[in-house]
Amino acid sequence: MSAISAISRGADWDFDLLERYDTEISRIARGHGLDTYPNQIEVITSEQMLDAYASSGLPVGYPHWSYGKEFIRNEQAYRRGMQGLAYEIVINSSPCIAYLMEENTIATQALVIAHASYGHNSFFKGNHLFRQWTAADAILDYLVFARRYVMQCEERHGATAVEEVLDACHALMPHGVDRYRRPAPLTLKAEAARLAEREAHRERQFNDLWRTVPEARAENKPEVNAAFPQDPQENVLYFVEKYSPRLEPWERELVRIVRKLAQYFYPQAQTKVMNEGWATFWHYTIMNQLHEERLVDDGFMLEFLKNHTNVIAQPGFDSPVYGGLNPYALGFAVFSDLKRICESPEAEDREWFPDIAGGDWNKVLDFAMRNFKDESFIAQYLSPRLMREFHLFALADHTNEDAIVVDSIHDDHGYRRVRKLLAQQHAQESRVPDVQVVRFDRDGDRSLTLRHQRRRGRPLTEAAGEVVKHLRRLWGFTVRLETWENDIRFSDVVECPA
Amino acid sequence: MLQLIDRRPNGRGKSAVNRERFLRRYKAQIQGAVKRMIGERRIADMEKGGEVRVPKKDISEPSFNFGTGGDREFVLPGNREYVTGDRIPRPEGSGSARGSGNEAGHGDSEDAFVFSLSREEFMRIFFDDLELPNLARTAIGRSERKKSVRAGFAKTGVPANLAIVRTLKQSVARRIALGGGLKREIRELEAAFVTAVAVGHAEEAARIFDELARLERRRGVHPFIDEPDLRYRNRVLRPEPIARAAMFCLMDVSASMDEDKKDLAKRFFTLLYLFLTRKYAEVDLVFVRHTDDAEEVDEDRFFHDTRSGGTVVLSALELAEQIRRERYASGWNVYAAQASDGDAFGADPARSARFLREQLLPAMRYYTYLELAASSTSERSSTLWAEYERVAEASRNFAMRRASEREQIYPVFRDLFKKETQ
Repeated sequence: MSAISAISRGADWDFDLLERYDTEISRIARGHGLDTYPNQIEVITSEQMLDAYASSGLPVGYPHWSYGKEFIRNEQAYRRGMQGLAYEIVINSSPCIAYLMEENTIATQALVIAHASYGHNSFFKGNHLFRQWTAADAILDYLVFARRYVMQCEERHGATAVEEVLDACHALMPHGVDRYRRPAPLTLKAEAARLAEREAHRERQFNDLWRTVPEARAENKPEVNAAFPQDPQENVLYFVEKYSPRLEPWERELVRIVRKLAQYFYPQAQTKVMNEGWATFWHYTIMNQLHEERLVDDGFMLEFLKNHTNVIAQPGFDSPVYGGLNPYALGFAVFSDLKRICESPEAEDREWFPDIAGGDWNKVLDFAMRNFKDESFIAQYLSPRLMREFHLFALADHTNEDAIVVDSIHDDHGYRRVRKLLAQQHAQESRVPDVQVVRFDRDGDRSLTLRHQRRRGRPLTEAAGEVVKHLRRLWGFTVRLETWENDIRFSDVVECPA
Repeated sequence: MLQLIDRRPNGRGKSAVNRERFLRRYKAQIQGAVKRMIGERRIADMEKGGEVRVPKKDISEPSFNFGTGGDREFVLPGNREYVTGDRIPRPEGSGSARGSGNEAGHGDSEDAFVFSLSREEFMRIFFDDLELPNLARTAIGRSERKKSVRAGFAKTGVPANLAIVRTLKQSVARRIALGGGLKREIRELEAAFVTAVAVGHAEEAARIFDELARLERRRGVHPFIDEPDLRYRNRVLRPEPIARAAMFCLMDVSASMDEDKKDLAKRFFTLLYLFLTRKYAEVDLVFVRHTDDAEEVDEDRFFHDTRSGGTVVLSALELAEQIRRERYASGWNVYAAQASDGDAFGADPARSARFLREQLLPAMRYYTYLELAASSTSERSSTLWAEYERVAEASRNFAMRRASEREQIYPVFRDLFKKETQ
């Protein structure tokens, strides 16, 4: 009786079926208030999937050898069976493009549609980082432009010259993102208004008495700070693009293209746990609702559950297959736990999450999705219950200790500490070292000085020397990298002379 | 709202261009790897593609990253027995503690980037920068071969070439065209006949009946297949550039040529053969061995059958010339490679050199001579070498080298066939 109303039976899929599933999934998603970009679903073969892998999933990319290397690596791993292929790739664009592999069964296709076209899609549209940093409706056009531009440059200036610039830019890609919005440049009108306002302010505050105060003598005057830039600049690529003394205009444009791409990917690296957790939570919720409404049969559900449990498996640290914390597992657990806290809170939950315990879970989840990134999300929402379930514990690896010390575990004393450390682990600062431009000797030898702000004695790898060489290629004059910690400069300076 | 697109027909290979770039960029490393593979391989396997290992550090993309050292904390899942304050000894061999079983099962694959080259890619790298001497002349070479290619259909032809499907199509078209009017008339008359019978006009019905019979007869005379329907497959002859070569392998098999030297020669011949097959669609092999007289043999006997006797180089050259005249007189690009330990006596070297210069070389694209020395240190040049040196000075399509070790064969080969740079 249960199967009478099921949309499909068996494993095969066709385009009509995909559309019918999409209609149902869409209805359920809207019912929960998911707001998405329009969807575009593209069916591809596994070979095309390998192609898509190599270009970070982007449908259009400029030619570069590193993508070839990535392709060869994936292809090799896939051929030897060391690595399976993802069921889908989804692109943060409007319309939101999701790739489905033709080898998938209908259950998997439905899972993927729910996961990518509604889960990820709504995250792309709702999360503040994506809203701030990516223009979903413009990215595809920009990619097409970038590809064409790079290829034109190759025709005009030779593939080697272009490759050199791109290599250098790729090395600095993690240091080519803005983490805070620059203020938009003032219009002439606004500028004039601001001047007038200042003038008016000065007039109102005028007091002739100040004129009589003796001026400080010349030698006591604070020296005018000739250093440029005034403040350290963390977006190295932007600084190169704006101020490099040697770059040709077309090279500047290439730097800009790489910088734009880095910025486009920046929110994704910041929200891995949230993004995957959100999508996984929704495919799980939607599939279960389909089953409750008898729209899918038990066979479908069993296959879905098998895939789902594979995705959210979290092996322990001592398991041979351990590969770090699984963002799918962690994210899914936190979102599911939030729903539980709303629906059936316990005493512990009321103590830890007084604001949301017993609330409307749709609203709470929506708020969490919109306003956080991994770091703050974990710091805010990881509950003691989850720490117990994951058996999370923190280790401290300090140079002055001859052993690794268990810092804290999932107990009453450790909850806050473990949560804080796990959140820090997901922060940008713990992945990308703090390297900033501190000095551009504009009036002297035009050298560029970078400062690595070392924290807690953690050094850079030796590859830093190579990166400095790459930067020297873009800059054209001497580039040096200093290391500082606690306002003390270390003597080892990596320098690449002009 | 939903847009479904089937991208499967778009085809794969979007990454081909990037893969190509990768290979080009790391040409030096890949060439080194290919060279190592050649050293390990048997000649019979030489033509296959293969797996190439390139050190990972050579192709890494640098970026600022945290190295090992310093103080840090990290959170792991799956705690079973640890409580706060426990001390765990650092895993050996690594400054940083991963505290995980990640090290197991990876082994040495970590420091090499492994990927496979297709046969074509392998051969291209293998023969990179090598150019076939005098290839230009061959390309312009007289086009004496003609190839028969299909060229649509014709109305005339021999019965064997009858294109049945095409003919039937014609016939159907003709029958429709000619029979259409009649068919309509017949239908109308049949309707009229039915009316006449129903009304009771016996005369009228009889007249219509006769008329119908006449029309049916007329329809019957359209033949099923008529002469104008016939179509024949058409073929035309198109001239083709010659793309075939004959390769003469000449070897001294006298007692002084031991197995080692023969092995060297075989490597050299194999390389030349592989190289020629890349340039020509069709390569004929001729094996001529000689002691004091020459004979043509098959490949197996050429390399493995031993004979005893003296050495007369001229006999081999004469036989080669004879074979060339008989079988490869025109329309062939002829190459020859001679391997010998350089032993020759009396007037033979001088006569051989003269015969080579006057008879053989003018008809050859290229002639290579490889002298298999006992050891590379012996600088003593053989009489044959001395005579051939004079030939080399005089002719452009003659080259000679000396080799004594296996490893030298490939460099010698490269050296002989390297691209001429201005």
